[in-house]
Amino acid sequence: MSAPLSLTGTPASPGYAEGPLFALGTALNRYEPKGSPDGERAALLTALDGASEALALLIADAVGEAAEMLEFQLAMVEDDALRAPALAAIDAGANAATAWQAALGEEIAGYEASEDDYFRARAADLADIRDRVLRDLTGSNQEASPPGAILTGDDITPSRFLQTDWTSGGGVALAGGSSASHVAMLARARGVPMVVGLGPVPAASGRTALLDAEHGGLALSADFPGVEAFRRAAAAFRSRRAGADAYLRKPAVTADGVSIRVQVNVADPSDVDTIDIASCDGVGLMRTEFLFGKPSGLPDEETQYGAYRKVLEWAGGKPVTIRTVDAGGDKPVPGFTVEEGNPFLGLRGIRLSLARPDIFRVQIRAILRAAVHGNAKVMFPMVAVPAEYAEAAVLFADEAAKLAATGVPHLLPPLGIMVEVPSVAVAPELFADAAFFSIGSNDLTQYVMAAARDNGRVASLNVVTNPAVLRLMSGVAAFAERSGIALSLCGDAGGDPASIPALLAAGLRDLSVVPAQLATAKASIAGLTIGSA
Amino acid sequence: MSQNAEATVEITHEVGLHARPSVKFTKLAKTFPAAVEMAMAPDGPWFDAKSIVKVMAAKAPKGTMLHLRASGDRAREAVEALVALVERDFDEGEAHVRSA
Repeated sequence: MSAPLSLTGTPASPGYAEGPLFALGTALNRYEPKGSPDGERAALLTALDGASEALALLIADAVGEAAEMLEFQLAMVEDDALRAPALAAIDAGANAATAWQAALGEEIAGYEASEDDYFRARAADLADIRDRVLRDLTGSNQEASPPGAILTGDDITPSRFLQTDWTSGGGVALAGGSSASHVAMLARARGVPMVVGLGPVPAASGRTALLDAEHGGLALSADFPGVEAFRRAAAAFRSRRAGADAYLRKPAVTADGVSIRVQVNVADPSDVDTIDIASCDGVGLMRTEFLFGKPSGLPDEETQYGAYRKVLEWAGGKPVTIRTVDAGGDKPVPGFTVEEGNPFLGLRGIRLSLARPDIFRVQIRAILRAAVHGNAKVMFPMVAVPAEYAEAAVLFADEAAKLAATGVPHLLPPLGIMVEVPSVAVAPELFADAAFFSIGSNDLTQYVMAAARDNGRVASLNVVTNPAVLRLMSGVAAFAERSGIALSLCGDAGGDPASIPALLAAGLRDLSVVPAQLATAKASIAGLTIGSA
Repeated sequence: MSQNAEATVEITHEVGLHARPSVKFTKLAKTFPAAVEMAMAPDGPWFDAKSIVKVMAAKAPKGTMLHLRASGDRAREAVEALVALVERDFDEGEAHVRSA
């Protein structure tokens, strides 16, 4: 008996699919050599003309990103520089198919070697061009997938995606692939669920599988005990999407006309590849823990700089709130955090950063340098007393002065604090020096309720809408408003339709949510009336 | 009338000289009879600005100083038009926006 197929990967286009697996084939007929360099040359040129014509026909029917992607392929196919190496190889005695495959292989390798995700993803477009011409040269046809199928393979070409009929559902489950690829953009635009990076997908063509492209997983339904739960999640996703999509591109406004800022939480810089900046008001929380805790050790300044800069540039002029590393608690980092009996109440967040200034200063320099590339803000996690904020601010000023002395471009962003330790929420006036406050509702709730958020046995106590938690939040909101300090909230509650009414009632007007909750949060806000208070 | 022209322009477009900008750039270059070349450094290497294969291979990110030179008919016009296109961020005001 085979082991149950239960693979995890990265969601590239959210959604759910249940259908037969279909392995994307690359089988080509044998190429029939033409017997002379002239014949080979003519065969390749004919195939290239055919590819141009086919792409032009596809362009005529395409709109938006699909049209732009096809225009790019057409320009490449028609460029003499693309065919020149193949024609030279033919003159040297190679047949058209071998010459073309080798020439494109070299071009593709150049893109695959790029450090830039975007350029690396263009390798798939080149492979698409290569295969289109090879199919023409060898007279091969592609086998059509059955309706509603989940297409599996190492990667899928954009034209294969466009040729597939998605009207009966279905999805894409890739062993490799990239969420920055053209085909991933096409999948998001079409609403076709897609998961990348699953690793080898066992050949099981025809067997029914479940694709969860909201969380990133694939399972054979026959081996999977949770089919009913999967279907419920799929149905909930569909109704959420249907209701929420209408709100995604619009600013969030309550039914009685109160504007609410809705930002996104970013856990990894690659998250932004799948978010339209126009659909949010900025990044309310950019986590930096993803940089730490890698097998390669603590991140150097350049690695951090590149990550911060990427998100700042993506955001254009919209604010990006970078949180200095919040290691410790439930997020241990080898070589940085310490073993403690009660880690949630121990050396975590800003406490740890201040205890390890050697590590903290590297992050500070990376942030200061990246800040020139956008609208950066910085916040410190787990602040409990004003001295911690003051000490961290001195380190920022100190590193800024050093960069200035050596002529390195940099910018000192506004420095704010997380409001998540109850001492801050009870007496926010002690922290009036902070440029802004951001309520971390997850930690604030667990500390006020003394109920760990990762302990199911006390889950019934860990409730953000408990009156004690809400009263603290409204106290912070009232103080922030009186003193002109910007206030937002970046915990899970911000994207939860069940909690949003209470948060708005407590005085919050700026919520930061995980990208998957952006549309539902906006839809939920649109249905609320909060008065003009 | 045969001419020579050259100019330098900074790429300010968010994603640099990527697929869409490269398509526009090479299409515009091809509308001029002059030979047009570009380079990432003042001393080259120079390559054909009408070839999308070459232009994409440059992998020019935001902030790159792009060097342009042209020779032949309407060379000056060609360089001016390409500089203007780069300065207009390839007419993609929202180009850093990717669809959700």
